[in-house]
Amino acid sequence: MLTYIIRRVLYAIPIILGVNILTALLFFYVNTPDDMARQIIGEKNITPEAIENWKRDHGYNLPLLLNTEEEGLSVVTQTIFFQRSAPLLWLDFGRSDRKNADINNEIRKRMWPSLAIALPIFLIGIFVNLTFAMLVAFFRGTYLDLWGVILCVVMMSVSTLFYIIGGQYVFGRVLKLFPISGYDVGVHAAKFVVLPVVIGIITAVGSGVRFYRTVFLEEIGKDYIRTARAKGLSETKVLFKHGLKNAMIPILTSVVVSIPFLFYGSLLMENFFAVPGLGSFTIEAIQAQDFAIVRSMVYLGSILYIVGLILTDISYTLVDPRIRLE
Amino acid sequence: MPVILATDLIIFFVVGIVVYFIFAGRKEGYTRNAWLQIRKNRLAMVCMSILVLYGSVAVLDSIRFRDPLRTDTGTVVRAADGKKIYSPQALSLLDRLLWNMRANTEKTFSAPLASRLYVKESMELPDGTMVRDYQPLEYPGKHLLGTDKVGSDVLFSAIKGVRTGVVIGTGTTVIIIPFAIFFGVMAGFFGGRIDDIIQYIYTTLASIPAVLLIVAFMLIFGAEGYQGGLVRDRDLYQGFFVPNDRLFWLCIIMGITSWTDLCRIIRGETLKLRELEYVQAAKAFGVAKMKIIYRHIVPNVMHLVLITMVLQFSGLVLAEAILSYIGIGVGPEMGSWGNMINTARLELSREPVVWWSLIGAFVFMFGLVLPANIFGDAVRDALEPRLRVR
Amino acid sequence: MPGLVLNKRLYLISALVCTFFLLSGGCTPNNPYRSEERGKNFFYTTFTEEPKTLDPARSYSSDQYALIGQILEPPVQYHYLKRPYTLVPLTTDSVPEVAYYDISGDRLPQDVSPDKVHRAVYEIRIKKGIMYQEHPAFARGPDGEPLYIGITETDIKGIWEIKDFPVTGTRELVSDDYIYQIMRLADPQLHCPILPILEKYILGLEEFSEALKRDLEEIRKARKEKAGAAYSQAIDERKNPIILDYKKHPLPGVEKVDDYTFRVILKKKYPQFVYWLAMPFFSPVPEEAVRFYKQGPMQEKNITIERFPVGTGPYRMETNNPNMEVVLIKNENYHPETYPESGDPPDRDAGLLDDAGKLLPFIEKIIFKLEKEDIPRWNKFLQGYYDNSGITSDSFDQAVTFSVEGRADLTDFIKEKDIRLITSVRPSTFYTGFNMLDPVVGGLGTDKQKLRQAISIALDYEEFIEIFANGRGIPAMNPLPPGIFGYEMEKAGLNPHVYDWDETRGRPVRKSIEEAKRLLEEAGYPGGRDREGKPLVITFDNAWTGPENSPMINWFRKRFKLMGIQLENRTTDYNRFQDKMFKGNFQFFFWGWNADYPDPENFFFLLYGPNGKVNHQGENAVNYENGEFDRLFRKMENMDNTLERMAIIREMTRILQKDAPWVWGYHPVAFVLSHGWVGNLKSNAMANNTMKYIDIDSGTRKDRRYVWNRPNFRPLVIIGIIFIAGSIPTIYTVIRRFRGGRK
Repeated sequence: MLTYIIRRVLYAIPIILGVNILTALLFFYVNTPDDMARQIIGEKNITPEAIENWKRDHGYNLPLLLNTEEEGLSVVTQTIFFQRSAPLLWLDFGRSDRKNADINNEIRKRMWPSLAIALPIFLIGIFVNLTFAMLVAFFRGTYLDLWGVILCVVMMSVSTLFYIIGGQYVFGRVLKLFPISGYDVGVHAAKFVVLPVVIGIITAVGSGVRFYRTVFLEEIGKDYIRTARAKGLSETKVLFKHGLKNAMIPILTSVVVSIPFLFYGSLLMENFFAVPGLGSFTIEAIQAQDFAIVRSMVYLGSILYIVGLILTDISYTLVDPRIRLE
Repeated sequence: MPVILATDLIIFFVVGIVVYFIFAGRKEGYTRNAWLQIRKNRLAMVCMSILVLYGSVAVLDSIRFRDPLRTDTGTVVRAADGKKIYSPQALSLLDRLLWNMRANTEKTFSAPLASRLYVKESMELPDGTMVRDYQPLEYPGKHLLGTDKVGSDVLFSAIKGVRTGVVIGTGTTVIIIPFAIFFGVMAGFFGGRIDDIIQYIYTTLASIPAVLLIVAFMLIFGAEGYQGGLVRDRDLYQGFFVPNDRLFWLCIIMGITSWTDLCRIIRGETLKLRELEYVQAAKAFGVAKMKIIYRHIVPNVMHLVLITMVLQFSGLVLAEAILSYIGIGVGPEMGSWGNMINTARLELSREPVVWWSLIGAFVFMFGLVLPANIFGDAVRDALEPRLRVR
Repeated sequence: MPGLVLNKRLYLISALVCTFFLLSGGCTPNNPYRSEERGKNFFYTTFTEEPKTLDPARSYSSDQYALIGQILEPPVQYHYLKRPYTLVPLTTDSVPEVAYYDISGDRLPQDVSPDKVHRAVYEIRIKKGIMYQEHPAFARGPDGEPLYIGITETDIKGIWEIKDFPVTGTRELVSDDYIYQIMRLADPQLHCPILPILEKYILGLEEFSEALKRDLEEIRKARKEKAGAAYSQAIDERKNPIILDYKKHPLPGVEKVDDYTFRVILKKKYPQFVYWLAMPFFSPVPEEAVRFYKQGPMQEKNITIERFPVGTGPYRMETNNPNMEVVLIKNENYHPETYPESGDPPDRDAGLLDDAGKLLPFIEKIIFKLEKEDIPRWNKFLQGYYDNSGITSDSFDQAVTFSVEGRADLTDFIKEKDIRLITSVRPSTFYTGFNMLDPVVGGLGTDKQKLRQAISIALDYEEFIEIFANGRGIPAMNPLPPGIFGYEMEKAGLNPHVYDWDETRGRPVRKSIEEAKRLLEEAGYPGGRDREGKPLVITFDNAWTGPENSPMINWFRKRFKLMGIQLENRTTDYNRFQDKMFKGNFQFFFWGWNADYPDPENFFFLLYGPNGKVNHQGENAVNYENGEFDRLFRKMENMDNTLERMAIIREMTRILQKDAPWVWGYHPVAFVLSHGWVGNLKSNAMANNTMKYIDIDSGTRKDRRYVWNRPNFRPLVIIGIIFIAGSIPTIYTVIRRFRGGRK
């Protein structure tokens, strides 16, 4: 198992390298050092000299990939790519372009609000989805099942934006039950977290319930369940004991991948509710075109994705000992 | 003078596919069976008709041409060399059909079917005094969904959003299909090094957070593209074709971020197919590999393509709205529900509240996504009952 | 059972709500603040975006000034109440007077003509006994050495902000601090935005800044050679910032007389210089602070002067967490400053002099909350959680009505809440300009003038203001907004090329679109077509990327179409927009200008030929160049506000109106709403340190917040009941089947 994990991690290295090169090329094409300089120096009295000056100051006057003016190793190292993208490999994200703030430091601070929203959505969401999916599966073939599925499809078809805008309007403004937006640290975060969490769960409940229902029905239809039922086990027991257990693998596939992404936050939710997490960090960076941040977040996202894949594989073996990782 | 956008080609192509399947459904056994099964499902048929309706609106909105400029007396203006001069505004059949909705604008907000403006405006009376009051509309009772901030008809904006939704929903998959089939089949059929490389490519792409990839891509390619509105001379190729279409780029990048699923499914299916007896037999007889792929593999993965296309559709329509909200979707002049929501969102803070733009956009979007979801399920059940992806 | 899935969740909410309801300990569960803040003398307001920097050498925008204006003190300030804007001393004992000298060093009279002046000397005498805020940069160890210099990462473990440092200190403000800051303005690492302007005036500043640039390059080169191929300038300077030694080079333009007196020496007459002395660029920065912040471990933790400026002002930075809030707290070392004793005549009746002579500041803490979106900000303001708010276009009708005379007033809904409205014309202007270098719209020929005049008439800015600014703007006749010397009201200020004066109604009337069409025809474009019959297409550049701006683009298109001209819109992001401006790659564009100081020179220089953007990289974005105008500008720029200056300005305006390089757009009027519990409010568009005058009645605020925010639980209860009613049969069935399975 350990060798397997090591092998997987090694396999991830070329992928991470690929992501790094691709993002560097994309973003330096989009946002040339000249653009950055213009944005940072300000809005009045910008002269081309000032731009040159800024570039020289921040090491952006170097060529992108190869520095032909240098000799030896410096041909490669004295380039924007090496100085800006290579440090990402050892998770040194550097400083943001716009505000010159340390990105690692920002990520460390903003991770927690993101978690405060994403973790409850994730946990309660799974619980709620599974409960309702089992309920619908329990009543399969009845009107409850039919209408439940239709309701799921209807809920899936409503735009997330509608849930967020509507929820904020009704609960925050009309009923005055929650602060409309904002955040606070520690225990004080609670009253800000409830509404986004509830909306987050509602947003995902349609597709979630439908997916888990399919998984359950597939398991329930299998031979061993029929045998168990024939033995005279109660319906509930069949559903909970055998159905749930064997449905774990498809459930895990869909769930574990997303665990690392909890740190990453939810772009929309955080933006609407003014939660100072990584999601709003990313959106702000996109809107302000701060590509040092965007690059870092792309990179972080890729790493989290790969970690998620590895975690999924490991969790398989834990749930089902029959699966061995070669 | 016709004007054809790159995305119009997508629409025409999709129409072509649909027509093909209708004809194929008449003859062939497999597709015909599926079709008969869908036909039995009354709900699916209702949904299909709604989708066809949306589709026709999109088609109507994709056939556009420019009118020659006329003088006030109606004679066509000609340049020195005798050529006609065309207006830079390309109006679609839909624009022409609904010309009164497009042209009947008010000054600013008005509620659905109202006869007066929704906000007070200063008005000068004949005697020179100024009063502030709700002014009467120019077209009272004509706006089914009211008007927006600059007085445009909301219903018309919502209808104009149909094409964008349909293009994003279908175009994204259509563009990516050839690549997905090519790479998926290659990886599955040849295995080994080729499989490794292709898997590497799609894992790398999949591991980049989609939103961020879209942002970068759109900033590079979409910035200078045609964003709706007037057709500029530099947009036009050969006088009628607009290759640099922002929406087209959006389709491509959304395709790139969503192709991995399709590619993986096709790869898996090819792995299975390649072990089948008749494929093995063909191999043993020395039939060229490309021919095997063309004859036996590709036709047998086509139904997966169709299923993916139908199932992805609704998600993509919803995604467009979110991208436009973030500001990287279609341009501000292209009618789109995302743009409508983004603008109308701010109007919720008005007192009394302006709700019709927001609701209009949501209802139109819902009206497309719900039937698409139901119909997609029906297609999937008919073609491949075992493959319940969601 | 449709609705079931939804109901369950709503039931959960109501349970949770009740819990938090108890937790928050009051009856207003929507209160975004902690319960211990209730009834405190704190001021709550908002900011929309993290300020880019708070370093006084770099800050140059109003959102940054809203913060550093309270923390830092330049030598002089604007009087809070008096209009027109007058300067009064802040850290000095008087507003610095200028002394002019000729080439032989003889003193000249004050009203001397600019060409005779060789040196202009400003002597600034600061008050004794002004102390800095408590700050760790001033902390000293037992050995008398600065405590936090040469720290390592482990030394500041667990320290994230200035307030986390256990030891602080203070010291007296001396003239060296002001001198140090003026030298900082020339530091090439800081990219001070006004350096190019100051270099033109302050003696020797240009040479000084060149010398510093050379020093910096040498240091960098040495570092690079030492480190070899692996050298990364970005990483190295982050870990080991470069501090330039300013004392190495002479700066003859700044002279220290003693610890409390220094002189600034200018190369020529520049009466506007004294206004610069009211801007944060000239506030003192202690060298200790720079040495304190410029350490690797500090930079790594974002503890920098850009986030935590050090000053002598009425407030000091307590928390700077720009993702959430910025908190300023009363500076306990603040020098005694009192509320002004006099103001304009109506001020006494308005109660603005009730606090006269009392010690400033009044409020304990100013809390700036991050609020990116307009809707939540407006709603929270109405709920009483913010003390003031601007008005967005969409909330405008809710808040403001216009009386029959056209005077802005509050709606009954807002009046019931005892909210007050403060309007002020900002010293700024929004305009649309033509590229004067463009072959189609540019040039000074009569036909081109007529083309631009026609467009000026067609762009009905009265309508624009009505639709997009809710009437919050004054249509411009020339670049000068009201309140600036040279602005003229009514008939005298009329732009005769766009408006006619209506004697009966006593107001300007825009010329008709027919007149515009006639001018267009004379310009060679009858019906919007050129001689070949091709339609005239004009490109329009703007940075209106958001969808909320598309109505404005449509408006412009509509207005151009009235004359048969096609408008081709070219929206790009602000970055690319600026790039196009630099390259002159545009025809027509929308932009704005916010004045640095209330003087006509700061507006007319936007049209001065040698400031042309394309050829001279100046601020003249339209690249307008008219010899006569330029000659008059040079005459006017350094004059005092006399009748002669007024005459020259009239002449300049006349030239501009005829050439019409800009479509004179409008001067925005700011509307700010404040709750009734906020006292001593008067709009002041120039001063940025006004928070110290504000007072609040926190008791009233507490009571009103309570009344306005009674939650409505009824819908939740109803939903809960429906849910329970719906779930009973379900549970019943489950139980029945459960039993049934066991048989």
